[in-house]
Amino acid sequence: MRDEPLPPAAHTPRFESILFGSTPPVLEREPPECFRDLNLDQLVRSVTARWQDYDLAPFFYTRLADADSIAYRQEIMQDLEQSEAMHAIASFSASMREMRRHLALAVKIRERHAAERWRLNAVLAYCGAVEHLSTALQALVLRSRGLRALRAWLSEYVASAGFVALAAQARKVHADLAAIRYCVLIDGGTVTVRAYGGEEEYTPAVAATFEKFRLGAVKDYRVKLVSSPGMNHIEAQILERVALLHPDAFAALDAFGAAYRDYLEPRLARLDREVQWYVAYLAFVARLRDAGLTFCYPQVDTSKHVLVRGAFDAVLAERLVALQQPVVTNDFELRSRERVLVVSGPNQGGKTTFARMFGQLHWLAALGCPVPGTEAKLFLFDRLFTHFEREEDIASLRGKLYDDLVRIRAILQSATPASIVVINEIFASTTLADARYLGRKVMAELVRRDVLAVWVTFLDELASFDEHTVSLVSTVDERDPTVRTFKIVRRPPNGLAYALAIADKYGVSYEKLRKRLVR
Amino acid sequence: MNVLLMHVDRNFEAKPALGPQTPDLVQDLALDTLVQAMAGDDKFVADIARAALLGAPGNDIATIVHRQQVLGDCIAQPAVVRELYALAVEAIERKRGHWFGIFLRQPSSILHASVELLQMFVEMLVRLRAVAQRHGGSFGSRGFTALFEVLRSELADDYIALVKRHLAELAFRRGVLLAAELGEGNQGDNYRLLRSSQPRSNWFRRLLGGGPREYTFHLHPRDEAGGRILTELRDRGINDVANAVAQSADHVLGFFEVLKAELAFYVGCLNLHERLTALGAPVAIPQPRPAGTRELRCTGLYDVCLALTLERKPVGNDFDADGKSLVLITGANQGGKSTLLRAIGLAQLMMQAGLFVGAESYAGELCTALYTHYRREEDATMTKGKLDEELSRLSGIVDALAPDAALLFNESFAATNEREGSEIAWQVVGALLEAGVRVFFVTHQYEFAHRCFVERARDTLCLRAERRADGARTYKLNEGAPLPTSFGQDLYREVFGEAAA
Repeated sequence: MRDEPLPPAAHTPRFESILFGSTPPVLEREPPECFRDLNLDQLVRSVTARWQDYDLAPFFYTRLADADSIAYRQEIMQDLEQSEAMHAIASFSASMREMRRHLALAVKIRERHAAERWRLNAVLAYCGAVEHLSTALQALVLRSRGLRALRAWLSEYVASAGFVALAAQARKVHADLAAIRYCVLIDGGTVTVRAYGGEEEYTPAVAATFEKFRLGAVKDYRVKLVSSPGMNHIEAQILERVALLHPDAFAALDAFGAAYRDYLEPRLARLDREVQWYVAYLAFVARLRDAGLTFCYPQVDTSKHVLVRGAFDAVLAERLVALQQPVVTNDFELRSRERVLVVSGPNQGGKTTFARMFGQLHWLAALGCPVPGTEAKLFLFDRLFTHFEREEDIASLRGKLYDDLVRIRAILQSATPASIVVINEIFASTTLADARYLGRKVMAELVRRDVLAVWVTFLDELASFDEHTVSLVSTVDERDPTVRTFKIVRRPPNGLAYALAIADKYGVSYEKLRKRLVR
Repeated sequence: MNVLLMHVDRNFEAKPALGPQTPDLVQDLALDTLVQAMAGDDKFVADIARAALLGAPGNDIATIVHRQQVLGDCIAQPAVVRELYALAVEAIERKRGHWFGIFLRQPSSILHASVELLQMFVEMLVRLRAVAQRHGGSFGSRGFTALFEVLRSELADDYIALVKRHLAELAFRRGVLLAAELGEGNQGDNYRLLRSSQPRSNWFRRLLGGGPREYTFHLHPRDEAGGRILTELRDRGINDVANAVAQSADHVLGFFEVLKAELAFYVGCLNLHERLTALGAPVAIPQPRPAGTRELRCTGLYDVCLALTLERKPVGNDFDADGKSLVLITGANQGGKSTLLRAIGLAQLMMQAGLFVGAESYAGELCTALYTHYRREEDATMTKGKLDEELSRLSGIVDALAPDAALLFNESFAATNEREGSEIAWQVVGALLEAGVRVFFVTHQYEFAHRCFVERARDTLCLRAERRADGARTYKLNEGAPLPTSFGQDLYREVFGEAAA
């Protein structure tokens, strides 16, 4: 298989990083402030749980600032969704882990013949990893700039004289050692080592003698004897004598170790870590897809026409899937001058989840990730602010309302027209009249700054603030109002709908009472 | 090596898969009484007897006849059979002394213990063979002659000698010789035990003759860690052979266990036989007929459990239910209806288990499964009404029901009024008979019984408990149409000791 010819500029293979197509940004070491409110901290923990060794969290903390960097990753992510490509990467990583394990042993073990052998094993694992990856990539149709550059560079590296010699030498030395057979006679404290002379094995003869009593399945009495990769002084003494029996093979091992100390290509070491970011995230996606959920590659740009269909909170979804409970998906859209989604309606109806989802979708999109949903067009933001209700901060010695106001002011001061703000229930700790007043003030500020926002609130009047606001409502089952649907729909707020439905259920709504009293 | 005293072609299954109705069957037929009589103090015999009885409906006629023949040998030679059983018990008891309390984690200790165990087993096998040689001639059943032949041929002297040689060699008096390769980290790997029986001189010849060089080192006497390592290395080499020997010991143990289990059944039969004979109660070797033939005729049939409880010979009953799919038992209270129903169920199970039955003569078809549906005391959990409970229990049986099963009903559907109860019973029984199930039904419900008598006369046998004119019971049941009263007044009078009026 061949894909379209590469542009001429690619004739000199140039490959540096699988995560960053251009100059990489400075990596954030700490989670951004919005992570906790959006549950993105949990998402990162879940995604990276099985990839602890690779220190992947900073790649989730560091947002990409331009559409091209996002596209670079989306292309690679899409290429890696082919199972052959993912398989090639997985097998590369496994071999590299194996290599590191061997190297660690080579450092730890003092016995020379053993340490050199582990060093040799490391080189063998490395050569296998590199060759297999190169071969596997050749067979794939790749569309991403990143993987194509990797492939071109890698095939040159594998063909280079240095690498070819390294692999051939390593294999020769290994084959000679693997061919050695010897005998050990243990008689009390006396140990004799000599070459194997074709003596008969004893165990089969014993088993055959008692075969006539055999009755179906039997217990396995073999003791699990753990062999530690290290080497004790008795094994070392035996090994010394095996080396005396086979001097050439062991001399070749020593020579190999001396000749190839620095074999590891730094770009491959970097690839090994960075590519795990894709592997880990796609594994997370696969878990949810297996449960019937959909992810899509969002279009990310600076247009404020935002549109999402079939989306869900990825963290909550993972929890629900584990409990085998259904996951409700939601849609939203901001048209023309609409900027603020105001979410109201009955409690426990999925309002907070909706707000988190809005934030998660944007952050994940800004990393170049596929996002929960069937279709997504998202905004390329500069900063993402969240304001969720907090436990009262005793140390601050301030009232909660005061606290709310301080925090929202800080956000409004930093927000630009390219920012996103997610607000969840503020001003709940004051009178309704106060809340209305403050709410209108803050809304006016948001609209004036032209930020994109979601605001979960009990204040119905904010939903019809002006043409910039869109009203969304959490809903209940029409037939049984005690059942939440977790659907958030575009609809004017109606604080009475829930109460009326409950009344209907018990036959005391106006309609029901009339009918019942008619007779 | 197989025992084959219970089946022609396979070992006895001491833990048969049992349906959820089993506890009801055990309770309703008082099987524990029977099992207790078979077992005496031997709990193991009790387990085997219970398994044999509950698993009985799975046996075919060939199996039943096979057991009847073996049982015939046992009744003729009880002492030899008990001696063989005692040997099997002893072997297993002595094995317990070898292994118990030791949690073996080293191949060398596993090997050592297994070799000792096998040495003991070899001794027991030789003793077993001696019994076979001494008494084999007086046994005529296929089961015993085959077993004795196996003991003679498979445990011949040269085989026993070979086993003893191996057991001696496994002490490794000349050290353990291992083959090895270099593992992943150049440490020894893939250790395999080699036969090191060549004499020393061979070694020297190889040395002098320019054979492979060899290098020897000695452990420092105070190097305890080194000693442990060497032991571990040795363990690595003998791990597989220790496994093979331990498994072999298990295999031989398995042989003794099967022997013990299969003999336990016959020891149980002997015990029961002795008890009943002492009471003067007759036993008969039943004639099994294929399922579906609807044969069943007997003379002097009695409830074995009642005999064991009363410690006397109970009244026997004769009837001929050949060709009848429904046996309806009616008549006087305390007239022996339930006892007869239990006698029928017990005889069915005992025949199919290969036992004799409590009767003077008995011939009957096999059933594919036996179920009981007895009226129960009020449900203690109060979760269901009584009729609900009965119907739900019946539904459970119906889930498992197959053609040619037999179902014993005792006063079922009496929890509601007679009209409703009769209608349910009529519908249930009609459906069961059409499904090819054989039904035995004890009932007071005249409407139901009468309807069966009239409308199902051809496939129904009606038995009625007798009552003499003075009200006394004979516990004899005779063929007879259901009568509209069950003489409850009599019972009332008896209990209250005076005129009911």
